[in-house]
Parts: sequence; C-alpha cells; structure tokens
Amino acid sequence: MATGPPAGRPEAGGHTVCGVIGLLLKDPALEPELGSLVTPMIEALSDRGPDSSGIALYSRTEGSGDDGWRVSLASDRPVDWSAVCDAVVGRFRAVARPLPSGALLEVTDVQAEEVMAHVAEQWPEVRTVATGRRVVVIKDTGRPEDTARSVGLSRWGGYLAVAHTRMATESAVTLLHSHPFVPAPDLCVVHNGSFSNYASVRRSLQSRGVRFDSDNDSEVAARLLAERLGSGDDLEEATRWIMKELDGFFTLVITTTEGMSVVRDAFACKPAVVAETDRYVAVASEYRALAHLPDIGGADVFEPQPEEVYTWTH
Amino acid sequence: MDPLNCDQQRVREVNAALRALPAGGEARIVHPRGRHNLAVGLADPLSITVEGNAGYFLGGLGGRADGTGPDIVVDGFVGWSVGENLMGGSIRVRGSASQSAGSSAHGGTVMVEGDASLRAGISLKGGTVAIAGDAGAMAGFMAQAGTILIGGDAGHGLGDSIYEAVIYVGGSIASLGADARQEELTDDDVLVVKRLVAHTGFDHIDPTRVRRVGSARQLYHFSSHHHGSY
Repeated sequence: MATGPPAGRPEAGGHTVCGVIGLLLKDPALEPELGSLVTPMIEALSDRGPDSSGIALYSRTEGSGDDGWRVSLASDRPVDWSAVCDAVVGRFRAVARPLPSGALLEVTDVQAEEVMAHVAEQWPEVRTVATGRRVVVIKDTGRPEDTARSVGLSRWGGYLAVAHTRMATESAVTLLHSHPFVPAPDLCVVHNGSFSNYASVRRSLQSRGVRFDSDNDSEVAARLLAERLGSGDDLEEATRWIMKELDGFFTLVITTTEGMSVVRDAFACKPAVVAETDRYVAVASEYRALAHLPDIGGADVFEPQPEEVYTWTH
Repeated sequence: MDPLNCDQQRVREVNAALRALPAGGEARIVHPRGRHNLAVGLADPLSITVEGNAGYFLGGLGGRADGTGPDIVVDGFVGWSVGENLMGGSIRVRGSASQSAGSSAHGGTVMVEGDASLRAGISLKGGTVAIAGDAGAMAGFMAQAGTILIGGDAGHGLGDSIYEAVIYVGGSIASLGADARQEELTDDDVLVVKRLVAHTGFDHIDPTRVRRVGSARQLYHFSSHHHGSY
C-alpha cells in the first residue's frame, strides 16, 4: 500500500481515467439487491481505475429511530479494526463493523463527537472518511473488484450507491486520496477528470476556514460544493459554482440522502451514460457497466448533455 | 458459422474468429453488452452483424486503402469512436452513436441512423460520416478531407478549424466554429448528397435543401502579410 510521496515533495492531484458509478433505486423491492446490482458495475469499470476504489451506500436506519449517526473510518496504515470496534462498542451505545481496511460505526448523534474524539486519541492514524445519518463509505487501495469481494458488497442493501474506481496519474495512491469525498454529512462526490486551477481555489477555500483531508484536486470540487450548499445554494446552484470557479474536465456524480446528480464539463471530455427505468436510475462512465441491470433493454439510455445538471430525487 | 457470443468469448477471441473468416464471409455477434473494440482491424470484405449495443471503437481500423472492407451493421447503439481510422467498407449503426463517430477515418462510410454525440467526424481524413439525426457540438472539428452529412440539426461549433472536408446539414446549425463558413450549394454538391442519400437510405434528406459548410481557409494558410509573426 502506498503511503504517499516523499516528505517535502508537492503532489499534483489530477487523474484522467477513472470510473464513476451511481445507482438510485426507485423501487423499494430492489433495495435488498443494491449491492448485487452495484458489484458488476464496479467490476466493469475496474480497468478504468485499478489503483483504488470507494463505495458509498445509503440506507435507512433499521428500527432504532432517527437518532443514529454513521461514522466510516479508514486508514492507510495497518490498524486492528476489530480492536477499534470492540473499544467503541465497549464504551458507547454503538454498533460497529470491522472491514479489511476500515470500520463502520453506528452511534447516537449526541455521542458522535465523543466517539470520534476517542478513536482519534487512541488510534491517531485512523481517519473519518464519512459521517451521516444514511451513508457509509468503504475505501481501499487495490483492484476495485477485490475490494467489493472482500467486504461482501453483493450482500449489502440500501436505496442509493455511488462508487469510484481510480486511476491516479499524478497524485499518490492512498486511501485518503480515494473517492468518494464526503465534505459534509451524507454528501458524496465522485469525479472522473482533472482540474487545473485547483490549488488556487483550495487556497481561497482554506482562507475561509475550509479544511482538507488530502491534496487531491477532486476534493477541492467537493469542498467548494459543500461550502455553497452550506451557504444555502441548492444542488444545481452549488454545482454551477464548480463550473464557474474550476477549470478542467469532469464528470461528477453527487449524492445526498435525497438523491443523485450528474454533471459534465462544457466539452463533455469525460464519458457518462445514464439508464433510467421506473425502478431505478443508473449512471456510469461506460454503458458496459449498465448492461446487466434489470430490464436494461427497456431503459431510457442517454448521455448527459454538457454543463446540464441532472438531478433525480429518491 | 455459429454466432460469436460475447457472454462466452472474450473480445480477442471474437476478433480472432472474425479475422480467420475468408473474404466474403459472414458472422453474427450476439450479446455484445457494450463491449469495446469489437470487429476492429478487419481488412477483408465481410458481412458482420452485431446484435445489440456495442462499446468504444467498433469496427475501427477496418478496410483497405482501396476503399474495400467489411460491412458491419450494429443493431443497437455504439460508444465512443465508432469506425475510428476506418480505411474502407461500411459501418451502419441502427441506433445512436456516442462521441467522435468516424474520427480520423481515411475511407469507407460510417452511417448512424439515430443521433451522433459531440465531435462526430473529428479529424476526418477522407472517409464519409453520415448521420440521419442530429449531431452534437463540434462536428467536423479539424476535419481534413472527406464528407460529413447531418440529416438533422448540428450543434455548436460546427466545423471548427476545418480544413478541406465538407459538411452538409439538412436541419439547423446552432453555430459555426472558428474558420468554418456556410458556402453556396453547387450542382456538384447536390449530386454528392444525392448519391449519399441513395447509399445510406437517409431519404428524409432533400439534397437540394442542405446547407454546405466548408473552410474559410484563414486559419491554416500562411500569409506573406504576416511574415513577421512566423
């Protein structure tokens, strides 16, 4: 596992060939099959991004009311994830699930800060890669299909998934550089493409107090989006700020608890194909990642137009 | 010959089986499921049917410099760069085509019965790209030679930086690209389009009512008036 560039060497963040995947289920009957529908999408796009991957799954809280808070942990260093989970469950009202390269916690929202502080103190190498009421995020380096297999993705349910397969061309292959970026609770961003002026946009965001987890160019777009959403923009307005502030090429898939958006740059330099039926909306970099979906022959299949923001709500 | 089945054979196996066919041979490809690079690099005249949707580069590098080559029909849609660098033969797409249809084709004909996405006929080098429906932005970008026929509407930046290729448009033009200009339609043009309509079967196109777009030749010609700039 790569641990990052030598100290003192600045990293660039661009990557030109990656795979993006989104699947929003309209038919609740499909929800138990979310993982088994997404797994072949990830396998099909593994060649677009064999370095690392990330998968975000949104599901409703089962039974325990609406005070649950999900915390997704990961690390680029070896961590005894069972020990992390045991420690959290032993100390807090929590459910914890260890993964090969991370852990998923479900805690009460009032205790979330305390849990994260406790983990950070005991395991400083552990990072929180996502929080939210609905979302969990799994990230790992290595072939994406191997990651999907190692966590048994095909058995996971939910109503919305977004995933990324990464081919890093300029920045380090680490878990923290991997998508999706989760710049605010339940907000996920995956990106295929590259931005050229991201360093200056990052500086201006930092000057306004925005904190970054990596030097990845895509994270800049994610943080900008979160800042605009936080200031009251709707998703479409916030996405227009990415087009205004950032130069570069992109197909972005953005998800919230409410649904999914897709947007491409003015030149449509990066591919995207949408398939929609009355049971689901799916987006992927290439059609072959959609070819297995139920009733794909009857789906409305189209390419998103450049600079048009497409949004589907749950 | 049994159909070539992409559910059971890898793309390389499918293409090797096609390559092994004698000239004049026929083949069917079933369950393509958007796979890339199907039926590429085939020189001989063959008759190939793809029963479903194909991925990138379908039929690319096909045919010979004398214009002969395989005739491929796709009963579905195709991904990026169908018929890229085609030398001869024909590709007919019954559905729509994604970006860069017929890019860099030296010869042969790429026919799209639906719409084509951005940059159809980019860097065309002598081949023919015929689209029954609409074409996305920047069709004919830097096209050097050959013919592009768009039955429907053309998107923004049509013919940007075009060289000696010619574009005919049956519908509207959102905007012309740099150095592209609309030109007078001559009798020779009408004849060219008439033949293309007969060849493609796109008979909703009226050869006498298309617009001709070519190069203003201001971008790529050196001018002695500007010698100081060179």
